[in-house]
Amino acid sequence: MHMADALLSPGVGLAMWGVAAAALAGASRRLRQRADDRLVPLMGMLGAFVFAAQMINFTIPATGSSGHLGGGLLLAILLGPHAAFVVIASVLTVQALFFADGGLLALGANLFNLGVLPCFLVYPLIYRPLVGVAPSPRRAAIAAVVAATFGLQLGALGVVLQTTLSGISSLPLPTFLMLMLPIHAAIGIVEGLATAAIVLFLRRARPELLDGAALPAPVVARSMRPLLTLVAVAALFTGGVLSWFASTQPDGLEWSVAQAAGVEALPTPQQGLHARLAGLQQQLAWLPGYDWPAAAAAAPTHKPAPAAWPDVKPGTSLAGVLGGGVTLALVMAVGFALRRRRSRD
Amino acid sequence: MTSLETALDDLRSLDALATRDTDLTRRDPRAKLVATLLFIVSVVSFDRYSVAALLPLALFPTVLAVQGEVPARTLLRTLALASPFALMVGLFNPLLDRAPMLVLAGVEVSGGWVSFASIVLRLGLTVGASLVLIAGTGMHPLCAALARLGVPRVFTVQLLFLHRYLFVLAAEAARMDTARQLRAGSHPRPSLAVHASLLGHLLLRAFERAQRIHGAMLARGFDGELRLAHAWRWQMADTTFVVGWCAFFIAVRWVDWPQAIGRLFAGAVA
Repeated sequence: MHMADALLSPGVGLAMWGVAAAALAGASRRLRQRADDRLVPLMGMLGAFVFAAQMINFTIPATGSSGHLGGGLLLAILLGPHAAFVVIASVLTVQALFFADGGLLALGANLFNLGVLPCFLVYPLIYRPLVGVAPSPRRAAIAAVVAATFGLQLGALGVVLQTTLSGISSLPLPTFLMLMLPIHAAIGIVEGLATAAIVLFLRRARPELLDGAALPAPVVARSMRPLLTLVAVAALFTGGVLSWFASTQPDGLEWSVAQAAGVEALPTPQQGLHARLAGLQQQLAWLPGYDWPAAAAAAPTHKPAPAAWPDVKPGTSLAGVLGGGVTLALVMAVGFALRRRRSRD
Repeated sequence: MTSLETALDDLRSLDALATRDTDLTRRDPRAKLVATLLFIVSVVSFDRYSVAALLPLALFPTVLAVQGEVPARTLLRTLALASPFALMVGLFNPLLDRAPMLVLAGVEVSGGWVSFASIVLRLGLTVGASLVLIAGTGMHPLCAALARLGVPRVFTVQLLFLHRYLFVLAAEAARMDTARQLRAGSHPRPSLAVHASLLGHLLLRAFERAQRIHGAMLARGFDGELRLAHAWRWQMADTTFVVGWCAFFIAVRWVDWPQAIGRLFAGAVA
């Protein structure tokens, strides 16, 4: 469920980077204040554990398929939210760098979906209240399953919203939600079961690890929570608003405003940001002959719907294909020439 | 071999590439990091129907891969495994967006296929650039660069520890699984209960290993701070590198070169 660079617009990607960076700075400051140097190797080891745990699959009961531990919730239970977030961030960064899971711009979105949401929303607001102070094994298991399911649902929702706001994919929001949420409910239950099983094992083997030294002081942790929630909500909002400006159709918002207001044409600003963006976009558009900006510049609210573009000019298509082919050939030629020069040196 | 073991092998080979002395590894890691981030932002800032206009950007990963002597095979292998999620989501575009957009050799191509091609191209460019970055830099220099760019120390140290012990714990997990398989007869995968016990023991070993490492670090004077050695000094060449590539990204973003070249050729053909 890693978000990918290829599906993101710069507005959404950078907004998510902002939130993730703020969360990382906050969590790091908190850890630095604790100044517990035992945590340094422990966090590294648990990050490696999450990788290693993904090598061992298990049979999902009552089905023929297999699953593996994701590890986010388990980390929060063992380390507390702040250290867990830093560990998850490191795991996602290594995945983005070495395994091309997601990407560097999408890293912000992935940190938000798989780190901020489970650590700073699900763990304190769902897992902690459910599990209570001295839970029975059954209660501990139920809390883990519920929290993991919630966490993955929120993560999937994040992916869907980020993808839809970016506007690279054509999937409409309801369809995408219908595709993602049921799948992630199932994955969440499996993740919850695996987490619960390990937590129950640890309760028998080394109970002190679950309530012992690794957990942070909850009193301080509580005060950060509303702030982080606020930051997250504000960022989601900003991301949404920003993405309208950064999106490929800056007048999409205006169009939906017109729809909502029942007015055919709201007064269109002829100067300012909107006009500048429209002008800029017209300059930048690929195959400007039949893209929106040409129509949009004339009358934004009267632009034809995408389905009604009859204006297909084979000549321009030919130019695009020819030019693309020549460009690619040039890039490869530069590559080969550089390599030949290097091998001669 | 599981897919994760394959992935770890790839990680090892990327690490090995970064230890060589090439034109790319000699660049200041901060320059490479900044240029790569700017590159990715330029790629994703294009219109969703851009295909040809994106192609000139392929010059950046190509030139860096050549400078870093990164074999094309390693790149293509990881590219092929990369992000099936983006491709799956992208494949809905041709189904949903059927308005004709181009005519190629008499065949109408819908907007959906054009935007799908754009997604595939974006995926290739962004993934390619980040792989070249890590293969031409290595984890230690990259973490040092992150620390000097203001990323919290807690995080860079965590990245280094994770990178260091990834293989150790993965190998331990693989040995445990082999031992289980040898005793499990015809059961290819463990039940949830056995799985929990296996991972639980792996977790206990991880805790104990962390304690031993902490003891060893204390014995060597660890005071809560990990000092990263870095020998880089920002040079004129690094500035040229960043500014040059930046100018190239802006030029590609502002002018549709393939379209211009294509017009020229199409004119010549006509």
